[in-house]
Amino acid sequence: MTFRIGPRTSQIIAYSILLLMTAIMVVVLFFIIFYILKNGLGQLTLEFLTDKTREMGEEGGILPSILGTVFITVFALLIATPLGVGSAVYLVEYTRGGLIRRIISFGADCLAGVPSIIFGLFGFIFFVITMNFGWSILSGGLTLAVMILPTIIRTSEEAIKAVPHTYREISYSLGGGKLDTIVKIVLPTALPGILTGVILGVGRAIGETAAVIFTAGSSLGMPVSVFSSTRTLAVHFYILAREGISMPKAYGTAAVLIIIILAINFVAYRMMHRFIARYY
Amino acid sequence: MEKIVIQDLCLYYDGHQALRSIDLSVESNEIMAVIGPANSGKSSLLRALNRLYEIDNARITGKIALDGRDIFDIPLNDLRRRIGLIFATPVVLPGSIRKNLSYGPRLHRRIGKAETEELVCHALVSANLWDEVKDRLDDSAARLSGGQQQRLCIARTLAMQPEVIMMDEPCSGLDPVSTAKIEATMLELKNEYVFILVTNNTKQAARVSDRTAFFLSGELIEIGKTQKLFTSPVDIRTDDYIRGRFG
Repeated sequence: MTFRIGPRTSQIIAYSILLLMTAIMVVVLFFIIFYILKNGLGQLTLEFLTDKTREMGEEGGILPSILGTVFITVFALLIATPLGVGSAVYLVEYTRGGLIRRIISFGADCLAGVPSIIFGLFGFIFFVITMNFGWSILSGGLTLAVMILPTIIRTSEEAIKAVPHTYREISYSLGGGKLDTIVKIVLPTALPGILTGVILGVGRAIGETAAVIFTAGSSLGMPVSVFSSTRTLAVHFYILAREGISMPKAYGTAAVLIIIILAINFVAYRMMHRFIARYY
Repeated sequence: MEKIVIQDLCLYYDGHQALRSIDLSVESNEIMAVIGPANSGKSSLLRALNRLYEIDNARITGKIALDGRDIFDIPLNDLRRRIGLIFATPVVLPGSIRKNLSYGPRLHRRIGKAETEELVCHALVSANLWDEVKDRLDDSAARLSGGQQQRLCIARTLAMQPEVIMMDEPCSGLDPVSTAKIEATMLELKNEYVFILVTNNTKQAARVSDRTAFFLSGELIEIGKTQKLFTSPVDIRTDDYIRGRFG
């Protein structure tokens, strides 16, 4: 006698396995966030958020690091977003899927997988030393821009490719030129996808340590210009924990970083939904 | 009077010839139906007339004139404004009904709010859609039904104030009621525009058109008064197609 699993039973088994996988993923994720917030939230006082860092971080707050993180990330985005979206538009709309596009896409995929410390080393040699920008927000921002560029190019490229070809045909058939079509039809339609890439880029840049420690340094001073050296939250957290300066302050810093990332994602997705509701 | 004159037109896609030496003219104020089985070159003909074949990397030889002027001497955006094209599947652009209608005219010139309103209203009335959407012009166009979307596409073309309206199987995905509404619209607008109607539905061609052209494998087999072509065709292939022996 052979034993066979009926279609109903196999459905139930498949459903249970998939549910279990999802549950494990969600539990691990929430546990990490919960654990860090539990240890860090106690540190979050107004003083911690708005004070200068004293005694190497054992005392005082983390305002310089919050500002440094924001400046470097925003700087990197300001450089990488227009460059990335522009290249994606060029690749999809102007190269007709030829060899150039395949080579650049392949290159971008490879770059996206390169460990961040390699970008850090490149940034140190090129921006810090050769260009003589020193350890600064400028060097750090440029390095992070180079690092997140492949992600933004590839996600924007996919988003632009996903815009139905018929939209372009309609725009052309109404007498629209290529630029009209790209600016008024293709980019607004692809915007949610492009934004996803930018958010992924922010996520990668904001939590980065290896690439910025080489290029922006680890100064605890208040950043005053793009040439100031600074220490991002992730680097601060790393040094506090690594050097055994203060574990409570390290958790506090980590909690702030997580809250910032959650807030960025929340705001971005709200914006995206509002946009989609208006257009579709 | 001849609105469009086509002489010795050939169209090639990447090593494949889609139109073979077509000679054809379209009169002012007529509805010309183009019938024929799949891959007979009907859509290619439309795409040649407004030069949309260029985005497919195709090329043409021969001459096409609009009002006696070579289409290559007319600025491309102006040509496409004057010869509107309605696609088989209604595709509305993302955005509101109003935005769908104002997109085209705004590509060509600056227009104020009042004039936009007038254009939108006039186009919707002409396309027999006004009564159904007048209270929700700012709603997303994607929420309209299939038949309404196709009439919106017609209104979108009308808003361009074209001279020739080409329709590529405009009713292929629609129910009989929506089809009847679109055919009624065509007959109402017949005096203001020239229509070229590509259709798979020979009955539709018989119902609305003045003349009919039969295409097969990229060749124009026969053209004549619709009634004559459907009752006593000259070519045996036309007869076979109309009687449903193939295609």
